[in-house]
Amino acid sequence: MDKFTKLTSSAIPLEIENIDTDQIIPARFLKATDKKGFGENLFRDWRFDKNGNTNTDFPLNDKKFSGSILVAGDNFGCGSSREHAAWAVHGYGFKVVVSSFFADIFKGNALNNGVLPVQVSPSFLKNIFEEIKKNPEADIEVDLEAQTITLLSNQQSESFEINSYKKTCLINGYDDIDFLVSMKEEIQAFEKDRVE
Amino acid sequence: MKKTLFDKVWDAHVVKEMKDKQQILYIDKHLIHEVTSPQAFNELEQRGIPIFRPNQIVATADHNTPTLDQHLPVKDEMSRNQLNQLNKNCSKNNITLYDLGHKYNGIAHVMSPELGITQPGMTMVCGDSHTSTHGAFGTIAFGIGTSQVAQVFASQSLLLQKPKSLRITVNGKLKPGVLPKDVILYIIAKLGTNSGTGYFCEYAGSVFEDMSMEGRMTVCNMSIEMGARGGMIAPDETTFNYIKGREFAPKGDEFDKKVAHWKTLPTDEGAVFDQEYHFDAEDIEPMITFGTNPGMGIKINESIPSEDNASFEKSLAYMDFQKGQSLIDQKVNYVFIGSCTNGRIEDFRAAAKFIEGKVKAEHVTAWFVPGSQQVAKQIEEEGLKDVFEQAGFQLRQPGCSACLAMNDDKIPEGEYCVSTSNRNFEGRQGQGARTILASPLVAAATAINGKIIDITKQFD
Repeated sequence: MDKFTKLTSSAIPLEIENIDTDQIIPARFLKATDKKGFGENLFRDWRFDKNGNTNTDFPLNDKKFSGSILVAGDNFGCGSSREHAAWAVHGYGFKVVVSSFFADIFKGNALNNGVLPVQVSPSFLKNIFEEIKKNPEADIEVDLEAQTITLLSNQQSESFEINSYKKTCLINGYDDIDFLVSMKEEIQAFEKDRVE
Repeated sequence: MKKTLFDKVWDAHVVKEMKDKQQILYIDKHLIHEVTSPQAFNELEQRGIPIFRPNQIVATADHNTPTLDQHLPVKDEMSRNQLNQLNKNCSKNNITLYDLGHKYNGIAHVMSPELGITQPGMTMVCGDSHTSTHGAFGTIAFGIGTSQVAQVFASQSLLLQKPKSLRITVNGKLKPGVLPKDVILYIIAKLGTNSGTGYFCEYAGSVFEDMSMEGRMTVCNMSIEMGARGGMIAPDETTFNYIKGREFAPKGDEFDKKVAHWKTLPTDEGAVFDQEYHFDAEDIEPMITFGTNPGMGIKINESIPSEDNASFEKSLAYMDFQKGQSLIDQKVNYVFIGSCTNGRIEDFRAAAKFIEGKVKAEHVTAWFVPGSQQVAKQIEEEGLKDVFEQAGFQLRQPGCSACLAMNDDKIPEGEYCVSTSNRNFEGRQGQGARTILASPLVAAATAINGKIIDITKQFD
């Protein structure tokens, strides 16, 4: 898994609420048996029309926006448990997603793939959208160690929550598999002792 | 301390408490399918980690399977490859697989309960958000991502933080024509799509006590549509009677011993929940959705509300509906009855009861897709297949089908589909398709009339 410590980047704004995993990666692209190539189809049906023509109005296609931070409306990632959504976000090149609320499963999937979900207050989210509107190249700094997100253009900052175990995993690029395998003796003891 | 049903089951599965509120939770049963498992198998293989408890895993092919000609090789190459991969992975690792054509094949969340695999007090996971279905048995069941599928493969456990608890109580008696699907669509419309995030939900009250297991599964199935990781209903005689005698259910003395344990699971009187909601059964009517998330629902004879918000307007524009519009008499060309939400025998009975003696509207294409081979068999044995065929409907073969349209069962662009599935997201049933979620009764009535009718008038 990619390590994450600190990132300074401009951001791509997606001011839509309740973006579900079917928009992030439509089901017809879930037929692969590996994790590669999902980035190409991120937000497929919003980025392209049915004939494959680029929808130039869509922020990801708008040349004035760039960067490895995605800023999205409330309740990002609701819907299905498909981790393909996190692979698509990661595969496209995003390292951070900022929103005022994340759906549970997406949030976990993102963390398991080195993508940091940063939950900010609704007012700070509005602030970010407004800053990007004023200056699409406005840089945002995300510091995982300090758990802060800062709009460098106006120096406004907010702190964000993250479970400290998950934080350590991200900083070191660890995942849960190694940890759980290391707990095998405890797990076997639990199996032996349990009464029902 | 007074404990909730959820607390009792969760606490009995904690292997170890770690710091920062993280807990290692033991998983009793792991259901897998072709779409979200291949990358997890690859992950373990690359790391040289064996599958820890293969006999606690059950696999089925459901998401990416055709609903016609299942005896023939699957036409789509990528789908065929994905199904072959599941087959190879399962045989290599000694995992039971109910592959296409197997008498137990079906949607994971239909197959597992009907075989008695799902039992009260268990922890269950599957790489599918509708795993919450199994909560109907008083089971902690929830959807997981593929990284977590790999974790369960490797350790039969997950590292988790215990969710908060929520209880939704609905008391009273449901009106005629109001089905379990209407109850859950009503609750989601009232509470919104993210009110349950961070919570595990218990459904309580006389409405759920009076419900069949099929109905309870429909309700728990859609818990995720309000953001809750899972939903549960206390096990009772209805639960025990459903499980008794099923293929993998405990037998004889073992069954009685289990029942004695299961009876200790319901929430203690006076246990405290982090959040509670109460609704009145008499306020619930047949429901229908008008937008692009399951929270955008109204009573069938209500008008679309007005909301001044860009996301709401984007949603209505996609559906080509107007604020204040009624959906009664809306012409509909497609109807889908099936899915892990409403693909069980009771759903087809409800549809057949309405359809019997009537003829389908000529312009309607209707897909009736049983949730499993067992449901298909029962539909035939109960004579429902004849009822459907005489009305002009064709029964298809089991699978997830048009619920997520990974196979060929896609609704064409711009078309409305009244669907008994769980999600009306943009493009969910095909690019540009417009989904209207409803109960099997409303779906059947739409298929017969070729338009949405006010079903409440049938019961006046």
